[in-house]
Amino acid sequence: MELIATAHSGQPGVAPGRLEEEDCQRNFCEMHTPLEGNAARVEAERCYFCFDAPCTEACPTGIDIPGFIRMIANGNPVGAAGLILEENIMGGTCARACPVETLCEGVCVRNHGDDRAVNIGLLQRYAVDEALEQKPTFFTRAEKTGRTIGVVGAGPAGLACAHRLAVLGHDVVIYEARSKSGGLNEYGLAAYKMLNGFAQREADFITSVGGIEIVHDTVLGKNATLAELQERHDALFLGIGLGAGNALGIPGEDSMGVVDAVGFIDELRQASTLSSVPVGRQVVVIGGGMTAIDAAVQARLLGAEEVSIVYRRGLQDMKASIVEQEFAKIRGVSIRYWAQPVAVVLEDGRAAGVEFRTTGNSANGDRFVVPADMVLKAIGQGPHLVRTGQDQSFALEGDRLIVDEHRQTSCLGIWAGGDCIAGGDDLTVSAVQDGKVAANAIHNALSA
Amino acid sequence: MSDLRTNFVGIESPNPFWLASAPPTDKAYNVNRAFEAGWGGVVWKTLGEDGPPIVNVSGPRYEALHGKDRSVIGFNNIELITDRPLQANLHEIAQVKKDWPDRAVVVSLMVPCQEAAWKSILAQVEDTGADGLELNFGCPHGMSERGMGSAVGQVPEYVEMVTVWCKQYSRLPVIVKLTPNVTNIRQPARAAKKGGADAVSLINTINSVMSVDLDSLSINPTIDHMGTHGGYCGPAVKPIALHMVSDLARDSECEGLPISAIGGISNWRDAAEFLLLGAGNVQVCTAAMTHGFKIVDDMIDGLGRYMAEKGFASVADAIGRAIPSLTDWQHLNLNYTVKAQIDQDLCIKCGRCHIVCEDASHQAIRARNNGERRYEVIEEECVGCNLCVTVCPVENCLTLRSLTNEIDARTGLMVKPDDKLQWTAHPNNPMANPDP
Repeated sequence: MELIATAHSGQPGVAPGRLEEEDCQRNFCEMHTPLEGNAARVEAERCYFCFDAPCTEACPTGIDIPGFIRMIANGNPVGAAGLILEENIMGGTCARACPVETLCEGVCVRNHGDDRAVNIGLLQRYAVDEALEQKPTFFTRAEKTGRTIGVVGAGPAGLACAHRLAVLGHDVVIYEARSKSGGLNEYGLAAYKMLNGFAQREADFITSVGGIEIVHDTVLGKNATLAELQERHDALFLGIGLGAGNALGIPGEDSMGVVDAVGFIDELRQASTLSSVPVGRQVVVIGGGMTAIDAAVQARLLGAEEVSIVYRRGLQDMKASIVEQEFAKIRGVSIRYWAQPVAVVLEDGRAAGVEFRTTGNSANGDRFVVPADMVLKAIGQGPHLVRTGQDQSFALEGDRLIVDEHRQTSCLGIWAGGDCIAGGDDLTVSAVQDGKVAANAIHNALSA
Repeated sequence: MSDLRTNFVGIESPNPFWLASAPPTDKAYNVNRAFEAGWGGVVWKTLGEDGPPIVNVSGPRYEALHGKDRSVIGFNNIELITDRPLQANLHEIAQVKKDWPDRAVVVSLMVPCQEAAWKSILAQVEDTGADGLELNFGCPHGMSERGMGSAVGQVPEYVEMVTVWCKQYSRLPVIVKLTPNVTNIRQPARAAKKGGADAVSLINTINSVMSVDLDSLSINPTIDHMGTHGGYCGPAVKPIALHMVSDLARDSECEGLPISAIGGISNWRDAAEFLLLGAGNVQVCTAAMTHGFKIVDDMIDGLGRYMAEKGFASVADAIGRAIPSLTDWQHLNLNYTVKAQIDQDLCIKCGRCHIVCEDASHQAIRARNNGERRYEVIEEECVGCNLCVTVCPVENCLTLRSLTNEIDARTGLMVKPDDKLQWTAHPNNPMANPDP
């Protein structure tokens, strides 16, 4: 993965320390103020405890939302966390990162009229945070089955799968390419969503159930092969996520100052101090998903003076929800719709702007240039399979693995989930569900 | 705005809102503030006989039942009668009455059940110029263990006896304050009337234990790890008070006995309800204790507007107007039939009506229609019980529709408005008289 530290060297506009560390820390405070104690109980009391609740139906992991909210209302947040974690072992991350406005909160019956949805995300966070603080025993492992399962990738899908398998009595070895667990929770989510090392705390909580070994710095196709892993384990689960960011395919793309947004966020998440992360003065982000929003907002918070997101289609088409778009706009990011990049404008071989062409029905082919000393590409990521180095012939849809309803791939004994499978929505919560469903399927297959 | 002036047993006040005998009426400072705020009258906090002052606990004496938003739903106390010297109270009462001649100043009394004790204090109270007496036969804690308060109110013979003394030794109107901690409120009320009482006031507080501290395993409020039952009041007791007030208002033996209503009255609506069920005025305590005296503004304004809207020229006009609607179960019209109906445009599809009907009632609301989330009443099953209406979070979404000249889908019978049937004449009633 290309890191900014090399990409911008010699680019005078892209520099660390635009703000004092103190100001960075203040900028990167909690995106939403957490609910505590009585405030949580008051908010919980707003829940109508719907029958056959729409929020539960909308949750990819099917958490009994009215059930856990009732427990919070009655002063039992740990019990509430138990109910959440039973369906979603990453309830803590999902409470922070889920686009609740398009899922549970989006369908809350309290949205009718002048009312507003129950703050399900913050209530879930309150419960899980309380539980992680008190550390009760939620899960005990079933009697050992003697089977071992290999999981590739310690991201949300892999960790969720490993946890469920471990609870069912299997031993799990997770092979992880990076030096830390958590996948995008650790490397990809915006810093203001995951403060205080939460991804690692959560990963530690998940593995504390026992029976899960994580082997870091193991890259499929480099120092491990699928065939070896298949040989070693009774079943495999692939939660390998996605690979490098897609290219724009325009002139000037390889110039200094043009960076992959995923890499930018990655560097920021791993930086020891926020102010050490270099950022441009004028930043253009190209794309329309959550990565675009997260990269743009964080560039602003690091001190970039002008940040624009440019998207080739309209407001409604953006994968980032309108709430997320508003969040970015409030933080000073301007969003330009209906424009597509044509070329990176260069000055002395470095990025100085991006030339765009208008798109859409009313487009007249006008071209305009947005000045930029830093260009962040956020137009999706390619597949990882190239790195598996295997000779299995997986059935693919586009670049992604085709799986059945049990998350089984076309290859016998190999299941998969998370961003690497076809038909997904690239959400943490869906990856967790994939891992859970696959674990149950693997268990059934091995018990047969 | 209608005229709110009231004349209750000859005691005039500019409005029907009196502060009940309680901490807010314990001394001139509070009462002056109350009158400045606009209260029509006060019942001064209960005086006891002269002697060593009453001793209260120095630990907590109040406890509340809270709603989840910390609103006070119910309230309890273990405070005793005034702990200030009798002479100090009497002196202040005289001064306050002099300063506020247009307001009602009634003095609450509680002394041992001995004729001499009552005779002595009655004379002293009369000298203050106060407008009337209220006999505290109600407090259920502390004083009752010493043979006073509810210990008197629970024995009709004692109620009558003391009332007779008070009428004998004082020219002031006598209001007997009743305890609700009895099986039948009519008995002590009839005794009061028999003893010559000018009026009754009710309800005093209800025996209660508020809560148990789940950590210390002791009850709240806790006095050095121990607690005791106290008197319960506040919004939660209003329905009990409404029942008792209306029960007396309907009792032929209590006919003509004025009632001063007490019990969870927090706003003008509550007050209006008590007036309509037969009260001549109302007394307020908990609402003032938890919000301060200013709440009387809303009470006065709201009641005045309501009465004008309803065409009640005066408070007297409104008294008892809802009494005719109150009857015994056996006289209800069993042919009257209602069905729940759901306004689909207002429905937010929470499904609460479905699940309560499914689990606790008559399985008369379906949850889905052709797989779509849609709640519909099954009229063949609906008994019109109102449970769904009570849990629906949207006002006017779920309502009851009464059937007229229409076949009840549940029974297959035609519902005719003129065809009334009471249990007293019902064919299933072995005691029925077919030609009443």
